[in-house]
Amino acid sequence: MTATTKIGIGTSLSRVDGAEKVTGKAKYAAEYNVPGLLYGVTVSARIAKGRITQLEENAARAVPGVVDIVSHLNRPKQAWLDHSWKDELGIPGEPFKAFHDDRILFAGQPIAVVIAETFEAARFAASLVEVAYEEEPHNIDFTASLAEKFTPSYFKRRNTYHPPKKRGDPDTAFANATLKLEAEYHLATEHHNPMEMHASTVEWHGDGSITVYDKIQGSQGDQAYLASAFGLGKKNVRVVNAYVGGGFGSGLRPQWQVQVAVMAAIHLERSVRVVMTRAQMFTHVHRPECTYSIRLGAEHTGKLSAMINDATTSTSRFENNMEDIVVWGMMNYDCPNASGEYTIAPRDTYTSADMRAPGAATGMTLFEIAIDEMAYKAKVDPLEFRLINYSEVDAMNETPFTSKALREAYREGADRFGWEKRSPQPRSMREGRELIGWGVATGMWDAQFSKTAARAVLTADGRLEVASATSDIGTGTYTVMTLVAADTLGLAPEQITARLGDSDLPTAPVEGGSWAAASTGAAVQLACQSIAKRLLKAAEKMEDKPLHGAKSIDDLVFADGAMALKSDPSRRVAITEVMTAAGLDRIEVEETASPGIGGMISMAQKSRNTHSAIFCEVRVDEELNQVRVTRVVSAVAAGRIINPKTARSQILGGVVMGIGMALHEETFADKALGRWMNHNYAEYHVPAHADIEDIDVIFVDEPDPEVTPLGVKGLGEIGIVGTAAAVANAIYHATGKRVRQLPVTIDKLLHP
Amino acid sequence: MIRFDYARPADVSEAVRAGSGEHAAFLAGGTNLVDVMKENVARPLQVVDINRLPLTDIEAREDGGLRLGALVTNAATAYDPRVQQRYPLLASAILAGASPQLRNAATNGGNLNQRTRCYYFYDVDTPCNKRNPGEGCGAIGGVNRIHAILGASDQCIATHPSDMCVALAALEAHVQVTGPDGDRAIAFSDYHRLPGDEPWRDNTLRSGELVTAIDLPAENFSTHYTYLKLRDRLSYAFALVSVAVALRLSEDGRIEVARIALGGVAHKPWRVPAAESLLQGEQPGERVFQAAAHAITEGAVGQGQNSFKIELARRAVVRALGQAAAGTPQSQTDKRIA
Amino acid sequence: MNPAVTLDRTSGRRVAAEPIASLTLRLTVNGEERVLQVEPWTTLLDLLRDKLDLTGTKKGCDHGQCGACTVLIDGRRINACLKLAVTLEGQEVTTIEGLGQPGNLHPLQAAFIEHDAFQCGYCTPGQICSAQGLINEGHARNRADVREQMSGNICRCGAYTNIADAVLEVLEQGKQP
Repeated sequence: MTATTKIGIGTSLSRVDGAEKVTGKAKYAAEYNVPGLLYGVTVSARIAKGRITQLEENAARAVPGVVDIVSHLNRPKQAWLDHSWKDELGIPGEPFKAFHDDRILFAGQPIAVVIAETFEAARFAASLVEVAYEEEPHNIDFTASLAEKFTPSYFKRRNTYHPPKKRGDPDTAFANATLKLEAEYHLATEHHNPMEMHASTVEWHGDGSITVYDKIQGSQGDQAYLASAFGLGKKNVRVVNAYVGGGFGSGLRPQWQVQVAVMAAIHLERSVRVVMTRAQMFTHVHRPECTYSIRLGAEHTGKLSAMINDATTSTSRFENNMEDIVVWGMMNYDCPNASGEYTIAPRDTYTSADMRAPGAATGMTLFEIAIDEMAYKAKVDPLEFRLINYSEVDAMNETPFTSKALREAYREGADRFGWEKRSPQPRSMREGRELIGWGVATGMWDAQFSKTAARAVLTADGRLEVASATSDIGTGTYTVMTLVAADTLGLAPEQITARLGDSDLPTAPVEGGSWAAASTGAAVQLACQSIAKRLLKAAEKMEDKPLHGAKSIDDLVFADGAMALKSDPSRRVAITEVMTAAGLDRIEVEETASPGIGGMISMAQKSRNTHSAIFCEVRVDEELNQVRVTRVVSAVAAGRIINPKTARSQILGGVVMGIGMALHEETFADKALGRWMNHNYAEYHVPAHADIEDIDVIFVDEPDPEVTPLGVKGLGEIGIVGTAAAVANAIYHATGKRVRQLPVTIDKLLHP
Repeated sequence: MIRFDYARPADVSEAVRAGSGEHAAFLAGGTNLVDVMKENVARPLQVVDINRLPLTDIEAREDGGLRLGALVTNAATAYDPRVQQRYPLLASAILAGASPQLRNAATNGGNLNQRTRCYYFYDVDTPCNKRNPGEGCGAIGGVNRIHAILGASDQCIATHPSDMCVALAALEAHVQVTGPDGDRAIAFSDYHRLPGDEPWRDNTLRSGELVTAIDLPAENFSTHYTYLKLRDRLSYAFALVSVAVALRLSEDGRIEVARIALGGVAHKPWRVPAAESLLQGEQPGERVFQAAAHAITEGAVGQGQNSFKIELARRAVVRALGQAAAGTPQSQTDKRIA
Repeated sequence: MNPAVTLDRTSGRRVAAEPIASLTLRLTVNGEERVLQVEPWTTLLDLLRDKLDLTGTKKGCDHGQCGACTVLIDGRRINACLKLAVTLEGQEVTTIEGLGQPGNLHPLQAAFIEHDAFQCGYCTPGQICSAQGLINEGHARNRADVREQMSGNICRCGAYTNIADAVLEVLEQGKQP
């Protein structure tokens, strides 16, 4: 008998959590209706900066059903040291502590929570809390904040920040260049706006311990944070995030609703739920606004000779959020002279923070618009221009890549898109009253790996459970874990249960940076291999020695619930048979995947990145400037693909968000009030069904055994990087109008 | 949302009695009222649920027109065969607005009375003369990309957000109302008002009056019409600028009657009779379209962020006139602009 | 008006509201007739999620701007967040829990899984209820119709093309005898 139906790495498998999600059974943070639950509704600050001078609570407390109001006046004890409030993002500064004192740092800051027996009573009473303030001057305007831009000193930088490395003599090269481009690019402030509003249900167990059902991308980081900030002790805090209704980075940090909910629970010694309103979703993290000045020099052939970058992104007054903005072009393009400057500018908002492909989604995208401009200056096809300046190595760090199949991505993407039929001149393609434009851009993101543990439990009935405290924010982690386990032990997915999203499970980092599949996958594989070794040992003790001759599990094939000799597949034994023969009820193992010494050496010597080539077609009404994105091809080089089905979805999602970045997303600031104004889903536009037509995803072949143990590079972010540039470049090709400020809205095309 | 008394009258006179108080509000589909109540923008102490009133029919009128009950939903109106065949402009405008879910709940009377989408009106922590008279207007000098370019005052630059009403303005519908002082009909152009010094008044309804029906006149412009809407995304977004055009052409192709109404640009659907009469007797064409487009936007004033709307409105009018004259109305599904 | 209520005339607010007796509401939810006591300011969405523990209907914005709370009332899709529950006396509500269960999936639920028409899953019940409403309405014939008529359901994960595939498949199968 030969194995025919092996499901494993590379198989397109429907989400194993699909049935739960499509039937409404999957429970998200605000959906645990624990006994005796109270509902908290948060009062938000009207002013942008100053102090609370009075909180008038009488009217609110008089509302039937109201239990209490918690604010800075009566909150439970909080840790004093900023260090105790550090979360996994590790943004240097003074982390925000809700209800800490009477200071207001940003508009919409939580200042009190009304807790009641019903949500409705709490909502009504919260509207009756009267607050008096002493206002102070504030600034929310990014342009004005540039007067205060600065480079944080070494010890006040994010440890994820990579300073640009200068090479050659860019100023001289630029001065001597035949072709010169000098332009300013800009990206608007964006808010993550996952569909699920941030919510926390805190279950008070009465013994000093709590379970927090939280909207968070990492349960254990949240657990450590809450234990430390509120002096609870780690053993007394369990965080559950089995289902997370989107994150895109907004759940990397514990947000203020969990602080508020935990404080209310401690204060009342009751279970409490706090859910942000959609308006309050605009009172925490957001993608920083960015201004990016780019100077490019090139020879008439299109060969780049100088790249001079200078970017500033927004942060708050209390923390230094930093992103890698200017390094992407310097790494990606072969150009002998390059430099970068990067500063941050503080304003009176909550701190900006990571949103899908932080840094690259902004920096690479804006740089790719500049590259497009230079291609036109050089009268070289924009795709050809990129190939002329193609770098086989990381040009900034002067290190080889573990793999870089970007050239293949360009080629396969161009073929699928039909790029060779493109007419080079802007405004040269049209159909009726619509101008048609074709644009291309490059994407780049990091392939990261993060130490992760997983447990595997095989029971005598042949069922396997794999578990890790990682998260699945829609990324497909449940399914990836299942596939890797199925692959390693040759079990059917139906025999496997994947568990995650619980701080009680084996140690895993926050889900972000596109490292979850590679890291959790490797941990699950290790754990399953460990089980396989135990099974082999047990089989060796069987009387008939079915696997005689197998020295290690490398000599075995695992398929169809059985293990067999590679050299002679007729010699096989069912896993359940082995378990029974050995008298084993269960085999339980826990393994940790970490880079190891070889991995560390490789990390020091080589760059590890995903790449993409994005091709886009837009149709723009010539008179009215309505833009339609009619076709996108995203060709991605991301190493090995574990589950093509969910992998494709991740890229689709990145592309859609990239289209939003190109055309829709922008949070508007009222400078006088210091307040975001379009703080709702009707006026902060993200793409709707009607905006999204045809998106094609290609995964190019990129074997890379070195990058991570499974050869996986990760897909959560690469889909968005560069996509907005492909759209903007297509709009230029269609209309001849170069808009350097994203999003490209109708007004900007009307009056370019 | 504040607490309120709830009543569910069974007939119109009972509803009028229940709704006559100073702090009463009629609740129909709820898609706007419940929304603004949640934002504490509307704070009625008595909510009169009128969903059981017998105002749910579309019926033929003796003069050849059609009467749309105030409680017929927007969806039922748009998909009614009589509306589809005879008043396709109205059907098109309704389908350009909101979402299927909202159109299934929202009623015709409610559509007329929906409040502005001005950011400041919706945010009780900001100043707004419409919400709190005398407080000032945050949008003037503030974030005003979506605001009015026509007919605004120094008190208020909000726009009326409806698509349906833009078509009703072009069709010259009448609004039937009833109230403590009896029944009356209001010409559509008189129904909504400009903000002036009383921006809190969106329309000319008197205290306690209830919309019972919308009457469509016999002339239905079912051949030469269009509803063209421009917005920040291709569906489920309010208009930056929208245009309803209805034309009657003579046998030799001249324009006999022209109606142009603009949405998204003023406190009410915007019509300028002088602009329409420029087209009268003319052969359709770029020159007269341009003239009409300039005439209807005459006096337009930008606030900075919304100044682009002036040029956008002009271009949209020209295009919409072209669509209507050619008998090629804008599809609300195919997003290519005809 | 209730004389026990003190009204602040300047703010228009009830400053010290007496409890108002809740109202009796008869409602059929997923085929089951229910008699409920609800306060007039409770929305259908909060009633489902908080009182009936039917948390499949999601709260994504609470203002009719996202479609996550889409349910069917007498077969028509609406936003549950903007419906005061008391106004639905005698009507029939169908939520995602009423469409199908694991092991007994509704064709739309099965198609959503097959086409990977979701990622985080939070907008999914609303998308599926909306799609059922779209099919009931009978105005969608092709992909462009589906895209436009599903536009009241935002998906921040960006699963739109897969959702369109799933809905179109069920729509077209339904056309066959």
